[in-house]
Parts: sequence; structure tokens; C-alpha cells
Amino acid sequence: MINPHPGLPEFDYVKPASLAEACQFLAQHAGEARPFSGGTDTFVRMRDGHWKEKYLVDVKGLDGTTLLDFDPINGLTIGAAVNMNRVATHPDIQRVYPALAEAAHSVASYQLRSRATIIGNICNSSPAGDTMGACLVYQGVLDVCGTAGARQEPLEGFFKGPGRNTLKPGDIVTAVHLPIPPKNHVGHYYKVNRNLVGDLAIVGVTAVGFRDSSVPSGYRFRLVLASVAPVPLTLVKAQAILADKPVSEETISQAAQVAMDECTPIDDVRGTARYRKYMVRNITRQAITDVWNAIKK
Amino acid sequence: MSLHRITLTVNGTLEQVDVPSQMTLLQLLRDKLTLTGTKNGCNAGECGACTVLLNGEPVNSCLVLAVECMDSEVTTIEGLAKDGQLDIVQQTIIDTGAVQCGFCTPGMLMMTRALLNRNPHPTELEIRDTLSGNLCRCTGYARIIQAVQKAAVDEAVVPA
Repeated sequence: MINPHPGLPEFDYVKPASLAEACQFLAQHAGEARPFSGGTDTFVRMRDGHWKEKYLVDVKGLDGTTLLDFDPINGLTIGAAVNMNRVATHPDIQRVYPALAEAAHSVASYQLRSRATIIGNICNSSPAGDTMGACLVYQGVLDVCGTAGARQEPLEGFFKGPGRNTLKPGDIVTAVHLPIPPKNHVGHYYKVNRNLVGDLAIVGVTAVGFRDSSVPSGYRFRLVLASVAPVPLTLVKAQAILADKPVSEETISQAAQVAMDECTPIDDVRGTARYRKYMVRNITRQAITDVWNAIKK
Repeated sequence: MSLHRITLTVNGTLEQVDVPSQMTLLQLLRDKLTLTGTKNGCNAGECGACTVLLNGEPVNSCLVLAVECMDSEVTTIEGLAKDGQLDIVQQTIIDTGAVQCGFCTPGMLMMTRALLNRNPHPTELEIRDTLSGNLCRCTGYARIIQAVQKAAVDEAVVPA
């Protein structure tokens, strides 16, 4: 008889005393050890047999990773152990980084967000991750601790494929920094899912817009799609159209069509590639229109 | 396989238990401490039947390792009533007739308790949003929402 509730497979839980110790352990056990924080993806993946690590290394709360700090000059720092509820409800994040607050709130349920983290979402590098788009449009930079010491790594270029990124064995992301966004910017996260709340994205669109007199249109947009490419997809061509041509209904439609052409979704249990393509066009058009209507006032 | 000796407080009682690395908090509660009020629904953090309060915050206990709960405070459905007196949220869910098969009820109650602790006057939208991670297969949502609304009103009159 099939056990409907298989438990987790056997592994050893490791709780290092410091980040340095954690990095060393992970490097020494490359391929058989994995860091985890909230575990909301890790445990499900292990239970289902996709991941078979011998060691799970608990990096929660090590060396200041519980820090959530907003500075009006230097911006926002989100430590690796900061859960998504803290991010979604933080008044400064709601005010200064609204697309991130919206994206964090859209993840699963309240009790799951009590454990899930932004850094976990980034390191998991699922193309469907909700909060990576916001971290990209706000030009996030990661603090990474490795065996060779600490370094900073921009999020742009970090994602390499589904579940793949530039991290090496022994690397632990300790925080993400988001600089102060352009003044009076408007940002939103739009999500198409099978039900109103709690589901994974079929399509996710993160959109930020602001006035910028250095480009011909006078407006600049940053747009990132979720769940329609092997990595979070920055819409470079669509952004260029909106920067170069006067923003109008026609230009927005053109940018949305380019977004549809740029993305490369696949069929899966949540939706077909064809459906995703059309949703990308429609939701991108809606997102740009909403943001533009707010910033042109 | 390594065993870890942990101490934690469950419903106000200090417990010391030896747990294997892969044991979840849900398994610890149900199988070791025989607190079977917390239910195992999906075992994947989707249904909310296993919701308990970990240091005051609601979590899916199927997605928390027991060993992570060292020195933590856990409250389960068994710890909601105090001195034989039902918590207001328990009383209102009975009064409103919001229990059908009852399988989701412990998770719903723990989630409701956490909601009212941080937001004593939630709107209907906030209630629905908060309970979105708790599935009721009998689909008795309307009465559950009413029960939470009534609990908020009753608690405002008689603070917990």
C-alpha cells in the first residue's frame, strides 16, 4: 500500500556555531550537504525524493542574518533568516519597495510565510519564485559568505537556470541589499494563478516605473517575468521600447507583444505554454498601463 | 542517523525528548507526545491542518524539524483552553456551527488565535486572507469566517 504521508528520508541535521563553520562544512561535503533556512522548499523536495542530501545545514540566525534594516540613504538590507511575513508587513518596505511587499505577500499562506525567506526564494532559484523579480527590479545585491571570505554579487546574472545559480559549494547568502529606488517610482507585482491566493505563479509580472529625463520618452520601466523562462526574465527589449518611444497605449501594446515574444514558457501542471504566452502579453500590458497611469500624474 | 536531545515547552509543559534529524515537529507532537489534535493533512505545507504556534507565530508543523525547536515554545490545539475554560475562538466555532467533519478545525483555530493576537479587529478580507492556507474539504468556509468575526467581537467585550 502506498503511504500517503511519507516522512522525510534519513539525513543528519547540522547546526554550525558560525557562518565560517557552516561554509567550511558545506565545502567539505560538497554534493552531500545543503544549507537551509525555512525549509519550506527543502523538506518537500527531500520528502518527494528529488533531493537526497546526507546533511542539512541549518543556517538560520547565524551571524546577524536575522537583520531587517531600512536606511533612507543606503536602502534596505534583508538578512537571510528574515521571513516573508516580516518583509510583507514592514511599513518602510510597503512604502519604498511596494512591489517587493506585494510579491512577498503573494507567496503561499501566512503560516508558510512565517518560515519562508526572501533569500531562500532567491537561492532556490525556481523560475516561478515570486520575490526574485522584485529584488531584480530594485537592483538587489547579495552578500555571500564563502570559504574564501565575504563578497558581494549583483542579482543580475545570478540566475543560471531552474534551480541553478552562481553559488558554489560552501557559499551561503547572508543578505540582500536593495538601494533606494528612484524617487516617486511606482511598483507592483501581478500574478496569474489558479486561485486567488496561495498558489504558485502561472505567470508573474513585476513592474516598476519612474520619470527619467535622460531617456527620450521621459519614463523608464523595469520589468521582470516569473514562471515563463528558465530564469526570472528581465524584459530588456520591452524596457528599451518604453524608454525610446513616447509612452502611449500603442507603445505599451508593442512592449507587451515583445514581452510575449521574448518569453519561453513550457507546459506544466499549472498551465500551458500557449496560455502563459497570452497571459504575459495581457498582464504585462496591464502592469505597464497601471504603473504609467500612476507615474504620469 | 543521529539523535538530538532537545528541550522545548509544549502547552506550558517543559519536555525533553530525543529526536532523529528527520523527525518533523508534527511527528514529535503526534507520535512522541501523543498530542493528536494537530492533524496531518497534506504533509507539504499546503492544507494548514497541522498549524501550531511556534514562539507565538503560526507555522505548518509538517515543515518544521523537531530538532529546530530546541528551547522553543509550542502551542497546540490542546493548549488553547485554559483551566478547563474554552478559548473564545473555540467557543464561537461551536456556537456558529462552523465544525463539520472537524479535521481542519484545530488548524483553523490556531490560525484564528494567532490572527486575533496580532489584529484584534480584522476585516472580513483580512480573515479570508489569513485563513487562505487552511483548507476545509467540507467547504464550510462561510460559517468559519462568521465564527472568527464573532470571536473578534466577543473578545473585544471580554478580553482573553
